[in-house]
Amino acid sequence: MKRWLSKNLIKVYAFFAFVYLFIPIAYTMAFSFNNAGKSNLTWRGFTFANWQNPCGAPQVCNALGNSLKIGGIATLIATILGTMIAFALGRHRFRGRSAVNLLIFLPMATPEIVLGASLLAMFLNLGINPGFWPTVIAHVMFCISFVVVTVKARIASLDPKLEEAAMDLYATEAETFRRVTLPLVMPGIFGAALLAFSLSFDDFIITNFNSGTLTTFPKFVYISSARGIPPQANVIGSTMFILALVIVLTSQFVSNRKNRV
Amino acid sequence: MAFVAAVSKRSSVVRGIKRPSTPYLLLIPGLAWLAMFFIFPLINLASTSTQTPGDSGEVGVYVQTFRFANYFDAFSGARDQFLRSFLFAFIATVLALAISYPLAYAIAFKSGKWKNLLLVLVVAPFFTSFLLRTVAWKQILGNEGPVVAVLKFLHILGPQSGLTASAFAVVTGMTYNFLPFMTLPLYASLERIDPRTLEASSDLYANGITTFRKVTFPLSLPGVVAGTLLTFIPAAGDYINATLLGNPRTKMIGNVIESRFFDIVDYPTAAALSFMLMAAILIMVMVYVRRAGTEELV
Repeated sequence: MKRWLSKNLIKVYAFFAFVYLFIPIAYTMAFSFNNAGKSNLTWRGFTFANWQNPCGAPQVCNALGNSLKIGGIATLIATILGTMIAFALGRHRFRGRSAVNLLIFLPMATPEIVLGASLLAMFLNLGINPGFWPTVIAHVMFCISFVVVTVKARIASLDPKLEEAAMDLYATEAETFRRVTLPLVMPGIFGAALLAFSLSFDDFIITNFNSGTLTTFPKFVYISSARGIPPQANVIGSTMFILALVIVLTSQFVSNRKNRV
Repeated sequence: MAFVAAVSKRSSVVRGIKRPSTPYLLLIPGLAWLAMFFIFPLINLASTSTQTPGDSGEVGVYVQTFRFANYFDAFSGARDQFLRSFLFAFIATVLALAISYPLAYAIAFKSGKWKNLLLVLVVAPFFTSFLLRTVAWKQILGNEGPVVAVLKFLHILGPQSGLTASAFAVVTGMTYNFLPFMTLPLYASLERIDPRTLEASSDLYANGITTFRKVTFPLSLPGVVAGTLLTFIPAAGDYINATLLGNPRTKMIGNVIESRFFDIVDYPTAAALSFMLMAAILIMVMVYVRRAGTEELV
């Protein structure tokens, strides 16, 4: 027993680390079935009612809709802009590369509160009221860097021989890009978009500064935390968790399949 | 994912082909966005930080007077919160490192064919909302939660005391919430270690501990640096954990900046505090990166 433990100590540790990681998720999911009155802080009995009526709490689906809209638009713009920068950095030699790298790195190293406060101060100075579009602009801004590093890593991992082979077979530059390079980089772009969406959807601090009276899902949770969060918020959180898990596992399964062929 | 990518060591394949104008055309839209909505706001914030209230006395109206003493005033008014932010962020970073390192090590070296699945499971808890996770900790540490029950049973905690609304709860939440920022870079650097270097070490009669101390850990240092930075920076600026899990005496610099902005409409102080936070973090990052001897972060 003692020998087994010393040999597998690290695995036992990892097991407990996973338990630790999942306890809050278990709580979030369990409390989505809570027969809570107004406050969902203590357990009051099991019910399916919250799952049957996820929009039952006032404002919660409105907030969710705003988050999905903002996330969708911001992801689209950030993925396009970030992918372009990633190709420039990954495939071209030009003056000022290190300055561009620094500009990409800085937003990731700046605390969110500084990003949010500085943008709001600028919007107010320009006489622009915080709201939907200022929030989208802010989300694109902080997502771009994450898209760039993700896509750039994918471009760097490509085997240049594949593109050389296409060129050797008389494909033009444009054809090579469209039929070889882009499909190969696509998983990276997809991963970057997923990451951008989850960053946008989950963001609170920058959103809180720039959204004015508009309520997003994290903002809804924050505001209602003072009086008690309705269990419907847990239903939405649990659904997001399951959905994201399914997407990631499926894409992993698909790419494993492809690698095997 | 990005954190892995952020510490990916592979240098990009740079090939001098195509027209010289192409890279600039690719860069312009994205960089213009960052210039307009990241750089320009920072410059604007710098200008706000030295403003003083206008003569009209109207709330929220400030004029530029280049009053650099704003920084001194702002700091002396929020010194405790500043120090607390860095202290809490430091403790949370150390705890996250202690939790993540063995976990990343186990996934990188001991998981066999389950590697990818376990990696997904490490990130999976963070697919739910940050806010909901923090609220879950409020329930776990709450008076009717399991932790308090166990501690009371063991008489570690008195019958009247609790764990929530405390510095302990804030640090617990921070440690948990920023964990993947630590685990993923650690995993990325551990996974890159060639197993043959570890074999060579044991061939040269190093025992497990010596191999770890002299080979594995030094080789994983870029991951340690990246992970600690990616944890420390958001933790120092965070105020969600402090708001949801803390009490008035655990307020952090983020709370101060937020309330200066929204409750008091004192933009110059909020701007000065933001700048000091950013400068303090940048200085710490530079010193730390230099001492750790690695500059590869992107």
